[in-house]
Amino acid sequence: MSKYLNLSAAALILSGLTAPALADGFGLGREALPEEVAAWDVAVRPDGTGLPEGSGDVWTGEEVFTDYCAACHGDFAEGVDNWPQLAGGRNTLTDDRPVKTVGSYWPYLSTVWDYVNRSMPFGAAQTLSADEVYAITAYILYSNDIVGDDFVLSHENFLDVEMPNADGFIVDDRPETEYPLFSTEPCMENCKESVEITMRASILDVTPDEGNEDAAQDEAQDEAAAAPAADETTTAALDAALVAEGENVFRQCRACHQVGDGAKNRVGPMLNGIVGAPVGAVDGFNYSKAMAEAGQNGMVWTEDELKLFLANPREHMKGTKMSFAGLRKDDDLAAMVEYLKSFPAE
Amino acid sequence: MSDTFKGKGASRRAFLRGSVAAVAGAAAAGSARAATPDPLITEVQDWASGFGAPVDDAPYGLPIRFESDVVRRNVPWLTADTISSINFTPIHALDGTITPQGCAFERHHSGAIELKKEDYRLMINGLVDTPLVFTYEDLERFPRENHVYFCECAANSGMEWAGAQLNGAQFTHGMIHNMEYSGIPLRTLLEEAGLGAAGDLSDKWVYVEGADASSNGRSIPMEKALDDVLVAFKANGEALRMEHGYPVRLVVPGWEGNMWLKWLRRIEVMDGPVEAREETSKYTDLLADGVARKWTWVMDAKSIITAPSPQMPINHGPGALVITGLAWSGHGRITRVDVSKDGGKTWETARLARESETKALTRFYLDTEWDGSEMLLQSRAIDETGYVQPTKAQLREIRGLNSIYHNNAIQTWHVDSNGEAENVEVS
Repeated sequence: MSKYLNLSAAALILSGLTAPALADGFGLGREALPEEVAAWDVAVRPDGTGLPEGSGDVWTGEEVFTDYCAACHGDFAEGVDNWPQLAGGRNTLTDDRPVKTVGSYWPYLSTVWDYVNRSMPFGAAQTLSADEVYAITAYILYSNDIVGDDFVLSHENFLDVEMPNADGFIVDDRPETEYPLFSTEPCMENCKESVEITMRASILDVTPDEGNEDAAQDEAQDEAAAAPAADETTTAALDAALVAEGENVFRQCRACHQVGDGAKNRVGPMLNGIVGAPVGAVDGFNYSKAMAEAGQNGMVWTEDELKLFLANPREHMKGTKMSFAGLRKDDDLAAMVEYLKSFPAE
Repeated sequence: MSDTFKGKGASRRAFLRGSVAAVAGAAAAGSARAATPDPLITEVQDWASGFGAPVDDAPYGLPIRFESDVVRRNVPWLTADTISSINFTPIHALDGTITPQGCAFERHHSGAIELKKEDYRLMINGLVDTPLVFTYEDLERFPRENHVYFCECAANSGMEWAGAQLNGAQFTHGMIHNMEYSGIPLRTLLEEAGLGAAGDLSDKWVYVEGADASSNGRSIPMEKALDDVLVAFKANGEALRMEHGYPVRLVVPGWEGNMWLKWLRRIEVMDGPVEAREETSKYTDLLADGVARKWTWVMDAKSIITAPSPQMPINHGPGALVITGLAWSGHGRITRVDVSKDGGKTWETARLARESETKALTRFYLDTEWDGSEMLLQSRAIDETGYVQPTKAQLREIRGLNSIYHNNAIQTWHVDSNGEAENVEVS
């Protein structure tokens, strides 16, 4: 008897125990159309299953990477702040601080293509063309010294790429290496000669301070509650409902931009007082050449200018570092600008 | 937040008088005989005289304001931002085993999305007889089951591999929650689509995928998929919260939380794993020799003393003391929990609050006397397979310090003579 039969029999017995299994099922749901399956079934597997036709070279990849990825991952895929480093780290897996990158750790190239295609860029997933994904993948390979600068990746040579850590994985071996060791009768008395404290968490002191955090939170809540009232007197034009909607829309920006009390420059500039401010003028932020020049030429973030930019950033400001696909809906644009207006310059 | 005591005659001054009296009462507690009568008893209190809040004051109620510190918390330095991040269940302040949804830890890879039931679609495709699309309403017409299961992130306690880091059970062990799920066995849906096309099921997999922008996806062997995996839409009796995958999530009992796909939108029957990002570059366990374990799905037996603990010091002085905590195992039921007060020299067996359920949290109590001296508190879980929760030293010897995931080692709290507790490691 094959294992298949065993499993099927077990499944049937189990269903028999829990619910009356109908001979022809329950007749629920409808058949998925081929177009629907094609739209959602885009996962790519190690053997290349799921890869669409297309290609991309390292230099195109560098351009696309700079546009869409470098804000978080760095120009050379070295990682900015706490964002993932994608290149380097070879031969560090036995170090005290191993650096796990595409080159040093990832076993399959398909995973890179699949993840970039489905989940990136962060905040604008599923907006890249197949050729762009090939190009970005080629550039990541290049930044890991896996291919040369003249390399072109395509669906045809995809399986030829050898990943350095392809053999670096074993299937879970706890049942052999751990479970027998940890399944003996435990000691109850005189289990140790002596017990000494060898390390204390208080020395590192990295635990978030609950007291302060709560106080800060309360303050923030109080301010949020008080804010609409204050706004009514100072800037009568603000639409509170629209501001609230804008706050929702702004979620997709928070990964890179801060706004409000104590906002600082992060991947993108802080945005207090941005409506009405000159372009490219937030103190201490390192702007793209395009943005800096626009500011020098006297461009100002009027409400209309902001909406045009946010609708399609890379089209409206060619060369901007902001890797955001844009807000498609006019309602979202209006809400966003209203929200930003609620944070005047400090 | 509105004042609870809205009754006529309840003045702010009277309330303050009551507070002072309460402090005096607390100071007297612990002695066998009170020096003076307790005004909380001898004086008529506002709440005993005036009105309380009317019904409908809060159509959906939240905990009383005195419990406002029992909330999820995150550790800002752990992640680059809060869109792709995690926070922690306040397990130190809870009792029993069921985690209220509102304080159950969250883990998102691209933020929690708002997905309406009307907009929800679930697709089953791949090696099935008929690829199908279900609406939310369709799902509610299949026979459903109720089960309580824990969901633990594989990275729970992951910051503690190299040493004692975070001071609080919430932070060291709070990437866990335990809820009663209502849902459909995944098996039922797979059989509805028909598994004849898959042929021999022993080497088949299902790939599950979420609808959010992270498009998180995981591969699950068919044997598990047909065993106890649920497609769930209710938790603790009510709809799933947005942050836990409303309207539909996957429940993969005993296995790492990353596989419990939220906003579940697609299930594909396959002849091999996808080897997606979350099952190769993440959720694989690097060993000391530079080789990494993959497919480490099961969460091994583990336990934690939730009180006393760094966030729950002993405030009452010597005398009767309840030591309590949680134990769980991805392999089945917890059969026994031992507690040590001296860092593992001697152990005594704790009382399980009730018979444990498979792959669910078990509450344990050690009802004891505290003499006011220092303690090194530890707990040790044993599950139905006979597996005994290991020490950190035992795990490190096999895995080194860089595994990140699956740290199920025994935790130590040092309780000083004032009752304050700290996260420590012992020899």
